[in-house]
Amino acid sequence: MDPSTILQYTFAGIKIGGIYAMVALGFNIIYNTTGIINFAQGEFVMLGGMFMVTFSRIMPLGAAFPIAVLAVVIVGCFLERATIWPARNGSVISLIMITIGGSLLLKGLAMKVWGKSSFPLRHFSSEEPIKILEATIQPQTLWIISVLLLVVIVLALFFKFTLTGKAMRACAANRPAASLCGISVDRLVLLSFALSAGIGAVAGIVITPVTLVNYTCGSMYALKGFAAAVLGGLGISTGAVVGGLTIGLMECYGAALPFQGASSYKDGIALLVLLIFLCAKPSGIFGRAAISELKRF
Amino acid sequence: MLRVQNLRTGYGNLEVLRNVSLHVDAGEIVVLIGANGAGKSTLMNTIAGLLRPREGKVLFLGEPIQSRRASEIVSRGISLVPEGRQLFAPLTVLENLTLGAYSLPRKQRTLAVQGKLEEIWGLFPILYERRRQPAGTLSGGEQQMLAVGRALMSRPKLLLLDEPSMGLAPLVAKEIFLAIRRLRENGTTILLVEQNARAALAIATRGYVLEVGMIVAEGKSEELSSSKEIVRAYLGKDYKEVWE
Ligand SMILES: Nc1ncnc2c1ncn2[C@@H]1O[C@H](COP(=O)(O)OP(=O)(O)OP(=O)(O)O)[C@@H](O)[C@H]1O
Ligand SMILES: [Mg+2]
Repeated sequence: MDPSTILQYTFAGIKIGGIYAMVALGFNIIYNTTGIINFAQGEFVMLGGMFMVTFSRIMPLGAAFPIAVLAVVIVGCFLERATIWPARNGSVISLIMITIGGSLLLKGLAMKVWGKSSFPLRHFSSEEPIKILEATIQPQTLWIISVLLLVVIVLALFFKFTLTGKAMRACAANRPAASLCGISVDRLVLLSFALSAGIGAVAGIVITPVTLVNYTCGSMYALKGFAAAVLGGLGISTGAVVGGLTIGLMECYGAALPFQGASSYKDGIALLVLLIFLCAKPSGIFGRAAISELKRF
Repeated sequence: MLRVQNLRTGYGNLEVLRNVSLHVDAGEIVVLIGANGAGKSTLMNTIAGLLRPREGKVLFLGEPIQSRRASEIVSRGISLVPEGRQLFAPLTVLENLTLGAYSLPRKQRTLAVQGKLEEIWGLFPILYERRRQPAGTLSGGEQQMLAVGRALMSRPKLLLLDEPSMGLAPLVAKEIFLAIRRLRENGTTILLVEQNARAALAIATRGYVLEVGMIVAEGKSEELSSSKEIVRAYLGKDYKEVWE
């Protein structure tokens, strides 16, 4: 394969990997405050795309973006209060089951509201590909990369400098001690759902111009995002970003492998890499075994 | 100040506290001694709101708090330094202390944090030197100081200390006891759980002895330290150590 083709696949990998990274960040935030894996995470991505498509029909993209994010945040909060909160004293496994139920519920509602067709969304800026070293990159890919960067920076600042952010880290480190400090863990759980829903929505909004959106597309994002989170080490933000980009790249390089129908196996190839890696290092790239043992699994 | 009445607490089928009553008056240091597994930590955790009692009452400043959540109990003025320190290991010393003040009303917080930090740097100067270090990298003694400091940040009226000298070298334990004594001079009321009964009785005004979930003795520190039974059960070990 010549270098320019490889570069072309790399751009494609970063584009989709950036989305997986954001989904993985969402998984981590909820995992850190509650110890559960929220399988409705993919639905936040789908809803972000759906709301954006709807709002963009009646207002400019710049205005539709924050409103669509807000709409999904509200759905996320509602989901937490209606399904997680009543069962908050249950076991981790039962809570995870509940999120699977929540995912099916959101998917069903989305089908009722938007139907079964796929919707396009116009690109944020021109669709004219930009030439870089014999390869081309879509402007939308640059949007995805910048949005991912922005999300990572804002999250890092939030966790490092705000009292609420510190409280969330404290909650992840030691929940009983956090409540002894006066931190209301219930409220932080709600906040973590709001944050994850927001990040998921952002991911859905920036990817929709490239992939279209329909009511089923959430599951695939949840699966890949989860794989990314596990690959990077559950609960670790750097891990989510590296994991997401790695899965995205694997997928795109996999599609380019020189055998018949490689592109239809690309999802499998990425997950195979994940399985092989986890056999060697179960705690993920950045995970330390001691940390993962402490969690409630 | 604190009054515990006929308290019963357990885990599943296991009944750990079987009818415990005790009280702590303002300005006192009260020590609770008892063998491993007697239920001392269970009692402390119940008072702090981490565990729900099955029966009985916990009155603080005259109000029942036994059905309040831990996070509400801190803001009423009871702060627990839990057994085993329970720090936020990946967070820095300064962040741990800042979070200790989380329960204070937002408007007073910034000012109160400044004042309290000064006080804690004075009590444990080593923490100031380590303030940017993750709490998990501190030595055992420093961690215990941090745990006490974090609990003090919420300006508690009553401080609960669960085995603060656990796992510490005698010299470091002494430093902790010294700090406890200084806290009392500043007017903090303290309920202290200790394995090191001799050292604890030396700084306490009164004491209780807990045996398999029941209070079996109570009295002034001097009375307890001279009671034959207590000496044999809880203080005898020290003599034996001299022989060995
Ligand atoms: N989370 C729990 N689940 C079930 N049983 C528990 C739990 N915590 C404590 N116990 C049991 O309750 C009893 C009292 O424990 P507790 O920790 O209160 O004792 P303690 O007096 O603090 O002992 P130590 O001096 O060793 O700290 C023990 O028999 C213990 O096994
Ligand atoms: Mg104990």
